[in-house]
Amino acid sequence: MNLRAETMEHIDATIPRYPHKRSAVMPLLHAVQRDQGYISNEAIAWVAGKLGLEPVNVYEVVTFYPFFRQAPIGRRHIRLCRTLSCALCGGFGIAEVLEEAFECRMGETAPDGSATLEWAECLASCDKGPVLMLDDDLHENLTEEGVRELARTIRAENAEGSDSSMTGNNS
Amino acid sequence: MAISEQRVILKHVDEPGYDPGIECYVRHGGYETLRKAVGMQPEEICRGVEVSEVRGRGGAGFPAGMKWKFLDRKSGKPIYLICNADESEPGTFKDRQIMHKDPHQLIEGMMVSAFAIQAALAFIYIREEMPQAARILEAAIDEARARGFVGEDILGSGYSCEIVVHRGAAAYICGEETGLIESLEGKRAYPRIKPPYFPAALGLYQCPTIVNNVETLCHVKHVVAIGGEAFARTGSPGNTGTRIWCVSGHVQRPGYYEFECGALTLGEMIHDVCGGVHPGRSLKAVIPGGSSAKILRADERFTGKLKDGTEFDWGLNDIPLDFDSLMACGSMSGSGGIIVMDDRVDMVEALANINAFYSHESCGQCTPCREGSLWMKKITKRMAEGGARTEDTDLLLSIGDQIAGRTICAFGEACAWPTQSFVSKFRDEFLAKASEDSGKRKGLRLV
Ligand SMILES: Cc1cc2nc3c(=O)[nH]c(=O)nc-3n(C[C@H](O)[C@H](O)[C@H](O)COP(=O)(O)O)c2cc1C
Ligand code: SF4
Ligand code: FES
Repeated sequence: MNLRAETMEHIDATIPRYPHKRSAVMPLLHAVQRDQGYISNEAIAWVAGKLGLEPVNVYEVVTFYPFFRQAPIGRRHIRLCRTLSCALCGGFGIAEVLEEAFECRMGETAPDGSATLEWAECLASCDKGPVLMLDDDLHENLTEEGVRELARTIRAENAEGSDSSMTGNNS
Repeated sequence: MAISEQRVILKHVDEPGYDPGIECYVRHGGYETLRKAVGMQPEEICRGVEVSEVRGRGGAGFPAGMKWKFLDRKSGKPIYLICNADESEPGTFKDRQIMHKDPHQLIEGMMVSAFAIQAALAFIYIREEMPQAARILEAAIDEARARGFVGEDILGSGYSCEIVVHRGAAAYICGEETGLIESLEGKRAYPRIKPPYFPAALGLYQCPTIVNNVETLCHVKHVVAIGGEAFARTGSPGNTGTRIWCVSGHVQRPGYYEFECGALTLGEMIHDVCGGVHPGRSLKAVIPGGSSAKILRADERFTGKLKDGTEFDWGLNDIPLDFDSLMACGSMSGSGGIIVMDDRVDMVEALANINAFYSHESCGQCTPCREGSLWMKKITKRMAEGGARTEDTDLLLSIGDQIAGRTICAFGEACAWPTQSFVSKFRDEFLAKASEDSGKRKGLRLV
């Protein structure tokens, strides 16, 4: 596994924090996904080996939790809250703006690879709906104009970026 | 009329100049309660929590002191403390405020609690969608450790306890305490069958474990600071202390507000504190305790008898905001998330939105929940999109009725209650869908 030195360091510091190694499955998957953009079959086998588990023990975790993904996504990860309070404040209108701006549907990646659009369930910021997460950052009180502007910035940055590699989540 | 808040947990949150660093916390008297606690007998603290009658703020409202009493202390196995920071119940956003803006209050509450139950190790299980809060907490734990509040030999007491921050991965069911424990063990978050797996007896790694919500653990700090008896005198009988309510949806001033339990009514919260619905709109319905709580109609009358035998006859606005009153009205105070809907809302759309949530989040272990939540979602979505049939209304009810009480965890009830209450309270609206012009949607798009 070709992981960055700081990822390896983080992984080695994380495992002993738990009374049982197996508890480190999720933290290790988080670290790997952050490093590589997604979780490959090779990574599943590697994490299993690291924790003395069978690959299937890791695989069943990867496939249960929506945040873990087995394929790369766009350069930025946009998760728009779909749930009731945000919807009451116009969340579905924001989804339409995003789909138009990135030329793809919710659940897909823009043709230029600049972003992947996903629905999220209640992000625990319902008083400031509609809200979305752009990678690790929460954007609140969204307006259609504000989101158009955000999309323009993301697409422009993507066009400038020399390596628009599709490994995602660059934060 | 302005009603002023009674902030205890949120005392310093949003105060100008207050920051999440340890210097600031200590300057405001932080960790003095931990100092007091480690000088007490652990049993004395547990008794104080019991006397305080503080109830869990995560959803079920179970008395924390009683839960702690169930701990199996004789097994000789290590005891674990878990802070439930999964905060995923739609409409709830209070724990986020504490973790972002006053993380040391949670850490102090956790260490006081850990000492009281003599935990060997403590965890904070935080949802993945709060990466910043996770980083803030980790930094705060490091600061606290450097000052002897966490880790080895806490404040020279001889008691040692670490806190591990553990991040979820976007699954709501990790908020259910036994699902959380499975997840923390590195597995799928499949809730466990109770009995025998009551965490206080058989929890994390089959060891005695206490799981409490973020806000509950903060309250423990205040219980110890002022004493259980004094705490029990705040709020109302059986509903002690303050509580943070989260108001969202169609009000002019949505937000988080802290009051003593029972100090104000639902009407005062919506109209006075939150400014009511927007001009030109009227109140249609309220979900008072997170999206699984049964919906209340604005024009409904609630009558019955309280636990102490007093009879009540309330309109929606008259319901006191506490655990017992909302339960007496057939709903619940749950996680404290109040979702307000005005007259623009089409109830079929709103239910379709909620059903999409539960169908997405069912862990899939129990057939009634897995299949029922999916059917309820599909039917309400089709109804919202113009394909309603007359028989759908009763079909929905029958599906809901076949889930509740037949599942491993309380998610079964949580996903059935919205359908059962929406359909029975807005029956005409559901029936009318079948004769509506198909494809023509009115109101806000919610699904
Ligand atoms: C489906 C489901 C989801 C839950 N989600 C949460 C949650 O996000 N946060 C929480 O504190 N409790 C949640 N709970 C309640 C927990 O199971 C548990 O009762 C609580 O953490 C106990 O803490 P408390 O007694 O301090 O409230 C949930 C329960 C169920 C059935
Ligand atoms: S009730 Fe639903 S969420 Fe709970 S264990 Fe059964 S399938 Fe899973
Ligand atoms: S409903 Fe969108 S953040 Fe809660």
